[in-house]
Amino acid sequence: MSSSENPPSLYAAREPVFPRRVNGWFRNLKWVIMAVTLGIYYLTPWIRWDRGPEMPDQAILVDMAGRRFFFFWIEIWPHEFYFVAGLLIMAGLGLFLFTSALGRVWCGYACPQTVWTDLYILVERWIEGDRNARVRLWNAPWSFRKARLRLTKWIVWLLIGLATGGAWVFYFTDAPTLAVDLVQGTAHPIAYTTIAVLTATTFFFGGVAREQVCIYACPWPRIQAAMMDEDTITIGYREWRGEPRKHSDAVKAGEPMGDCVDCMACVNVCPMGIDIRDGQQMACITCGLCIDACDDIMAKLGKPRGLVDYLALKDEAAERAGQPTPALSKHIFRPRTILYTALWSAVGFALIFALFIRSDLDLTVAPERNPTFIVQSDGGIRNVYDIRLRNMSPDRRLVTFTLTPDSPLRITLEGYSGRTVEVAPDEMLHVRAYVTAASGTPPSVAERTDFRIWAEDQASKERTWEDTFFNGRGQ
Amino acid sequence: MSKDNKKQDVGTTGHEWDGIEELNNPLPRWWVWIFYATIVWGIWYTIAYPAWPMLKEATSGYLGYSTRQNVADEIAAVEAQNAEILAKLETTELAAIADDAELHQFAVNGGAAIFLANCSQCHGSGAAGATGYPNLLDDDWIWGGTIEEIAYTVEHGIRNEQSPDARWTEMPAFGEILPKEEISAVVQHLLAISGQEHDATQLALGEEVYLNNCAGCHGDAGEGIREMGAPQLNDAIWLYGGDEATLTETVMNARFGVMPAWGAEWQPAAGLTGAEVKAVSSYVHQLGGGE
Repeated sequence: MSSSENPPSLYAAREPVFPRRVNGWFRNLKWVIMAVTLGIYYLTPWIRWDRGPEMPDQAILVDMAGRRFFFFWIEIWPHEFYFVAGLLIMAGLGLFLFTSALGRVWCGYACPQTVWTDLYILVERWIEGDRNARVRLWNAPWSFRKARLRLTKWIVWLLIGLATGGAWVFYFTDAPTLAVDLVQGTAHPIAYTTIAVLTATTFFFGGVAREQVCIYACPWPRIQAAMMDEDTITIGYREWRGEPRKHSDAVKAGEPMGDCVDCMACVNVCPMGIDIRDGQQMACITCGLCIDACDDIMAKLGKPRGLVDYLALKDEAAERAGQPTPALSKHIFRPRTILYTALWSAVGFALIFALFIRSDLDLTVAPERNPTFIVQSDGGIRNVYDIRLRNMSPDRRLVTFTLTPDSPLRITLEGYSGRTVEVAPDEMLHVRAYVTAASGTPPSVAERTDFRIWAEDQASKERTWEDTFFNGRGQ
Repeated sequence: MSKDNKKQDVGTTGHEWDGIEELNNPLPRWWVWIFYATIVWGIWYTIAYPAWPMLKEATSGYLGYSTRQNVADEIAAVEAQNAEILAKLETTELAAIADDAELHQFAVNGGAAIFLANCSQCHGSGAAGATGYPNLLDDDWIWGGTIEEIAYTVEHGIRNEQSPDARWTEMPAFGEILPKEEISAVVQHLLAISGQEHDATQLALGEEVYLNNCAGCHGDAGEGIREMGAPQLNDAIWLYGGDEATLTETVMNARFGVMPAWGAEWQPAAGLTGAEVKAVSSYVHQLGGGE
C-alpha cells in the first residue's frame, strides 16, 4: 500500500453548468413535449365533467376524504384499487419497454426533473442572457445589476414553483372552490403546507440541484443500465469519424484531422455538463441537444450530419468498417421489446376488460363468527351476516335481497320490515342480516350449508351475488 | 469510443492494494454538508424533544411534546365533540332513542364499548352468553326483552345486595322437598314439553307434580312468567342445559344466577351513568332479540 503526503480531497464542489441555447429537431421536440406535459399538469384539474347533482363535477379528482377516485366517466372505489395497481404495473412495463428500445428517453424528454429544469433554464436565459453572459455574471462581483437579475430570476422561479405546488393540490379537491379559498386565506392548512413544500422542492430541484439530482439522487439511471443492451438506441459520438479531433496531439503531429473540429458546441449545450465524446456515461440523460448542436456545426462545415447521433452500439463494428448498417427500427423490434409490448398490452386489455364487466352494484357478505349460530326458543337456528352494499351509480336505488336456494333458509334485515333497502347514490349501505332455518330442517341440523345471497336492483333488475354459508347445530 | 480516457482524466487517489488502484472520483461536497446538517438536526432534536435519560425521568424537551398529552388532548377533543349528543342521550326517553338514527347509532356504538368493558366477562364478547349466563342474541328473555326492561336489569341487576330494587326471586331446592321418583317424573315432564325424548310412563305423575309445585312460577304449560324471573321451559333454550342429568340437578338444588347492579348509584366507583345505561341497553336491544 502506497501513501502520499497530501491525499486529494474526498469531496468536490459542484461544477456550475451553463447550457447554451441550441436550435434543432430535438430541441423542438423537447419544446413540444414540455408544452404538452406541463399543459396536462397545470390544466387538467380545471376540466369539468357532469356526474349529476350529488356528485363532484371535476373530471380528474382524487377524493381522499370520500375515498373515491374520479377519472372522467370512471369512478374507482377503494375496493377496486387493483385498477391503480394495474396502471402502476403498466407504467413500470412501459418504462422497461422504452428503456430497452430507446434508452433513457424518459430521462431526456419526459421526466419532471428534466422538464422543470428545462423551463427554469429557459427563464434563466431570458433574464440573464445566454451561456457567455451567464458565465460572466457568475464570475462578476456582486453589483446592483447582478442582484437585480438574480432577484428577478428567483422571483420568476418561485412563481413557477408556486404554480406547480398550487396545481398539485387542485387534484385532491374541487379546484375552483379551493382556488378561491386559497386566495381568501380560508383553505385548509394542509393545502398551504403542501403548496409551500412543493414550491420549495420545485425551486430547489429545478433551479439549484438540477443535474445533481440525476447523478446522485435518482436510482433510475442506475437501474436502467440493466435494461439496455447493444441493440438499444442511444446517443453516441462516432469517434471513428470524428477522431483525431482538431486540437489533439495526433493532429499537431501531422495526422489527418477527423470531422470533429473540437468546437465544444456539444459540451456547451449539455444540461448535464458532460462531454458526449467521452463515450457512454451515467450522467448522460440522452436529451439529444448535443445532436442538434453538432448537426448545426456539421451543416456549416458542409459535412454530413450525425457525428453525434442516436445509434445502436451493435452497429459500431460495421460503421468502422464502412459497411452499411440496418435501419434503427430493426434494432427496436426484437424479442425483448416485443415481450415487453405484449405484457404491457395484456395488462392494459385486462384492465379495460375489468372496467367493462364491473357492476355498479357491489355486495360483500361477512358471516358473524361470535357466535357462529344462535338457537331460538322455537328450536330454529339463526346466523348473522354483516352486509355491505355499494351503490356506485349516481342514482338512488331500491335493492332487494333474496337467497338461493330460497327455502328453507329465510333472510330478514335488522332495522327493516322487509327485504328491500334504499341505497343513496355513491354510498355504501351497512346492514345486518339474519338468516334463519326452522327447527328440524336440514340446514339447522347440518354443520354447514352453502348458499348464495343476491342483491337485485328493483328498477334495472341488475343483480349481484355473493356465496356464503350457514352454520347449523352440526349434530 | 474512448472509454480508457476516464482513468487518465480523473487520476487515482494514490491508494493501491495488490495492484488495484482507487480512481479519484470525489463525492459532491453537498453530501458532506448534509451529513453535518443531520448532526445539527440531531442535537436540536434532543433539545426540542424528550431525549436524554436523567435519574428520575427523561428530559421533557424544549417544545414540551408528550405522546401521553396528545392522547389526553384527543380524548378531550372527542368528548367535547360528543358533549351535545351525550346530553341528548341523557334526556331522551329509552323508547325514543331508536327513532333518532344519529342518536341511536351513537348509543349503539358507545354501548358496544361499554358492553365489552363491563358485560363481556360473563355474557361473552359476542353476547352469546355461557352456561348459567344468558345469551342476549336470542328471542328468549328471563326478565323481559323490551328496552325498558333491559335497562332496569342493567341498572339494578339480579339477586344482588347492592340495589334494594334488584330483580329477586328464588327457586326452592326440591331435593329437600320432593321424593326422588317425583323429581324423576317431573324431569320427564319437562323433557316432554320441550319436545325431547322422554319416558312416557312417568308423564301422568310428572304433570301432577309439575302443576302442584312448578306451575305457580313457570306457568301451567311451562311458558314461564317474567315477573317471577321464571324461565320458559317448553322451548329449545336452556340456561344451564336441557338434558336429563342437568334438569335433575336443577330441580334438586335450584339455580340462582347473580348479576351486579350497574347503576352508578349502587356502584359509585365502577358503575354506569344514566346515559351509559341507556347506551348499553340500546346496544343489547338491537343485537337481534330485542322486543
